Amino acid sequence: MSKAEVDFPPKGEFGFDLCKRNEMLIKKGVQPPSYRKTGTTIVGLIFQDGIILGADTRETAGPIVCDKNCEKIHYMAPNIYCCGAGTAADTEAVTDMVSSQLQLHRYHTGRESRVITALTLLKSHLFNYQGYVQAALVLGGVDVTGPHLHTIYPHGSTDTLLFATMGSGSLAAMTIFESKYREGLTVTEAICSGIFNDLGSGSNVDVCVITKGHKDYLRNHLLPNPRSYISPKGFLFPKKTVSWTLNYLQN
Amino acid sequence: MSIFEYNGSALVAMVGKNCFAIASDRRLGVQLQTIATDFQKIYQIHDRLFLGLSGLGTDAQTLYQRLVFRHKLYQLREERDMKPETFASLVSALLYEKRFGPYFCQPVIAGLGDEDKPFICTMDSIGAKELAKDFVVAGTASESLYGACEAMFKPDMEPEELFETVSQALLSSVDRDCLSGWGGHVYVVTPTEVKERMLKGRMD
Repeated sequence: MSKAEVDFPPKGEFGFDLCKRNEMLIKKGVQPPSYRKTGTTIVGLIFQDGIILGADTRETAGPIVCDKNCEKIHYMAPNIYCCGAGTAADTEAVTDMVSSQLQLHRYHTGRESRVITALTLLKSHLFNYQGYVQAALVLGGVDVTGPHLHTIYPHGSTDTLLFATMGSGSLAAMTIFESKYREGLTVTEAICSGIFNDLGSGSNVDVCVITKGHKDYLRNHLLPNPRSYISPKGFLFPKKTVSWTLNYLQN
Repeated sequence: MSIFEYNGSALVAMVGKNCFAIASDRRLGVQLQTIATDFQKIYQIHDRLFLGLSGLGTDAQTLYQRLVFRHKLYQLREERDMKPETFASLVSALLYEKRFGPYFCQPVIAGLGDEDKPFICTMDSIGAKELAKDFVVAGTASESLYGACEAMFKPDMEPEELFETVSQALLSSVDRDCLSGWGGHVYVVTPTEVKERMLKGRMD
């Protein structure tokens, strides 16, 4: 095994060199680590001439909330955004990767990206890894052929829909969509039902509205869970409550 | 027993007014036996960038060596230091490469970016970045650290007050964790200087 290969695995590929050691550790009774998930309620819906995508902002590691305000609506192209649920590292990595592939494709063809292109790139990557890359996505955008909304499952299957929900809060959000879709529904209502009824989702609501030639990324559009219990005095630690020794490092 | 509980660690980074603090405990153990009380978990990458690595000690050291190698190459090619945001992306990419056979480490990255704006970030062991504006925690004591920091954090603290707050949060959290402790190691970084301090804590 050449030295270069150890430090730089082939460009863009996964490196499997630690797998043997990790398997040995698991056999010895060590539990494999749990990864950060994005519990999540993500939704999308098609309206008159555009798409609205919505997501909550809670990131969990088991039962603990690691990030109260993370971003789950990922940029793919100026006219295409993607919400991600599942393992946080997988959704971020897969959307970043396809986003750069789309950019290269735009340079190559000189045209605006199409939603179906992003869909095909994502589903072939996920199918290739047979569901081990745990990313469940709601992909939406407006291109020359009109507005499109798709859901992508971790194993690589896709659905094309008028309204979609994914994540642990998908059932709560879907109840709102199913009962109210025709009557001028708002996306924020659906996300809020997920936030309040699903333990894996919470904090704030992010919304992204995409229409032909224009997009509005409304980060923290709604803040239904403010921190209202902060004491105005705070904790005051007078100087030197903690004992320490001091070294200087010159800058 | 989780692999992250083999050596034990506690790491926290907090943002203040044009400054940041990064702190760790000092214990190295083999499950319940303590074998060192001066183990380094925070490394300085360059003048304004610090990296803390919690989790399995051997993976932390290997990962640090790989990152220093990549940073030195970057310095040779670009003739400048890496920005904290770039470094965070590098760490994330290195960890995600090993998605199906990961390093058992959780890094905490803290640095001063453009216009001396403090930057902190943590990741899980496969590189999912969490960019926070207030504080980040990692290690076996992370659950207590979340609680302590959530309660004690105030925005825009001066370096001295930030130091006291970070130390209180760290010491109170490691007191409730068997696998970390034996003192603390705190770095408070402002645009002009870096102050390194060792904390006196309970030695149990």
